[in-house]
Amino acid sequence: MNTVLKNRSLLDISDNGLFPPSNVMLDLKHLKKVYPTPKGDYVVLEDLNLQIMKEEFVTIIGHSGCGKTTMLSMIAGLNKISGGNISVLGSHIKGPGPDRGVIFQAPSLMPWMTSLQNVLLGVNQVFPHATKAQRNDIAKYYLQKVGLEDAFHKKASDLSQGMQQRVGIARAFAIKPKVLLLDEPFGMLDSLTRGELQDTLIEIWNKEKITAVMITHDVDEAIFLADRVVMMTSGPKAKIGDILEIDFQRPRTRKTVLEHDDYYKYRKHLIDFLEH
Amino acid sequence: MKQSITLGKVTKFMGLGFLSTLKALFTGKLEKEDFIKFLRKIVVPLASILLFIGLWHLGAKTLYDREANFKIEKALEDQGPEAAEVMRACIASGDLSCQPNTLPAPAQVWESYKSLLRDHNIISADKAAFKEKTAALNAKRISEGRAPIVYTGRPSFIDQIVMSLKTVFAGFLLALVIAIPIGILIGLSPTLKSAFNWFIQIFKPVSPVVWYLLVFMIVKTVLIDSTEDSSFVISFISVGLCSMWATLVNTAMGVSSVDKDYINVAKVLKLGPFQKVFKVILPSSLPLIFTGLKITLSVAWMVLIAIELLAQSPGLGLFVWEEFQNGANDSNSKIIVAMFVIGIIGFLLDRLMLTIQNTVSFNKNEGL
Repeated sequence: MNTVLKNRSLLDISDNGLFPPSNVMLDLKHLKKVYPTPKGDYVVLEDLNLQIMKEEFVTIIGHSGCGKTTMLSMIAGLNKISGGNISVLGSHIKGPGPDRGVIFQAPSLMPWMTSLQNVLLGVNQVFPHATKAQRNDIAKYYLQKVGLEDAFHKKASDLSQGMQQRVGIARAFAIKPKVLLLDEPFGMLDSLTRGELQDTLIEIWNKEKITAVMITHDVDEAIFLADRVVMMTSGPKAKIGDILEIDFQRPRTRKTVLEHDDYYKYRKHLIDFLEH
Repeated sequence: MKQSITLGKVTKFMGLGFLSTLKALFTGKLEKEDFIKFLRKIVVPLASILLFIGLWHLGAKTLYDREANFKIEKALEDQGPEAAEVMRACIASGDLSCQPNTLPAPAQVWESYKSLLRDHNIISADKAAFKEKTAALNAKRISEGRAPIVYTGRPSFIDQIVMSLKTVFAGFLLALVIAIPIGILIGLSPTLKSAFNWFIQIFKPVSPVVWYLLVFMIVKTVLIDSTEDSSFVISFISVGLCSMWATLVNTAMGVSSVDKDYINVAKVLKLGPFQKVFKVILPSSLPLIFTGLKITLSVAWMVLIAIELLAQSPGLGLFVWEEFQNGANDSNSKIIVAMFVIGIIGFLLDRLMLTIQNTVSFNKNEGL
């Protein structure tokens, strides 16, 4: 990770398209999204360019309705691209696929399955040639990582929201995606649970280093988790407004981040952007 | 983690929660706060049942008197005062030949119920005797490759209930086998939905009688070579066709309205069509499918009576019709007995479906 950061600091990172191509995991080029309405086309995103590096954690922040979720679901392949393209490791995406794991805003677990079955649903799909025991081990490993070692066989509908979202995290990591997409995953949780889940997420991410793109409304969350915070302008025709590099050491703890001299500088930068 | 199964849980699961209140009453565990609940759940229904029986009794008595007076006056008009006196005495004596034919009182219905049970015992004994008598002969006939002699006597009331249940379950299974797969296909594909929609909209409101006639036309020709009695086949197919629509529509709706989040998960994980249907779509539409099945079963039970009557297929419907045609003195009260039996069985069938729904479905008690 550090080598990547160093390489990056040699370049002007505030512009797109300047990374060495081999380091780019996710590449959004001239991305456009148009919704036709009776009163004519509504342009949500226009000429949006963004490159995300391997092993990078990017958070995206912007006002409600600016098209963040649209952009993320386009990367996931769940929403059609109106113009431009998205590529993962240089090849254009065609529809959804397990190379891009998604953690949704609602936990979206199948309520009739146990937490283990929910994780296995993805694992079975991605590792069809593994033995049953191996797949079980993978699922159990990630459930342990998110702190659910006692809840393997609990029905998803019997878990609390926070626990359900933990299963969601385990499900996403267990399929070993190239890119992890997180759509405000903690938005529906109370702030205590949110903090706990941020810690869980960053702990497991530190081990796996899966390129991550996460939408959030929470400025502190954006700074705590990210290598870069991408700020989007308000729609219609939203695009990237500004990008803020967060230069904290990893692994981070909440305490060191909050006590860091630059923390309030970053925070002020983001809030100034959002208030304009 | 292990949950113990108690009587309370089982009864609550079946939607018969009031039974546990009753148990609490007898074991003396009833708290004071529960007393009002007890009043509401046990005493109030009991009181209303008694009130119902009382009103029924009064109503039946009024009708009886009206019919009796009419008979006496008619006798007076037609044959003079002497005949009227004879008629009055005859009615008062309780002689069966001159009893007014009207709505029977609760006590009469209860008597008929008991006499139907007695009748059943007699017929059962008869049957057992017949079986014993023919056992040796039948064994010989079978060994010679000939058909055994079967009991051809009159079926008892209980036999007819069993026949009706058989017909309704056969019809229900037919409805299930037709409606669920088609419902799933229609729910999955908007193209198929628009292809089938007119069909559903037109045939859904068709009356049971017409379905029976349609099935009769077809089955009669199909089974033209068969010497078997086709009335059972005709009636269960008609019952199935009448009752399947609720399941069809509900299944299609359940399948097409699966939570978008689940569909997105299936898309992201790239589940194949088979897995998508069996692991995501079907489980999540089970509550709606079961709502449909519950309606189907109750409709099946309701139309069964009319269809058995038309098809002359043995069962409760035929029983009611034969009693009505029969016009014997206790026919009316037997019809009322059948009415209660039909109602109670319908209620039990509904509870049965609820129990199955609660067992297999993830949304507990949603169907209540």
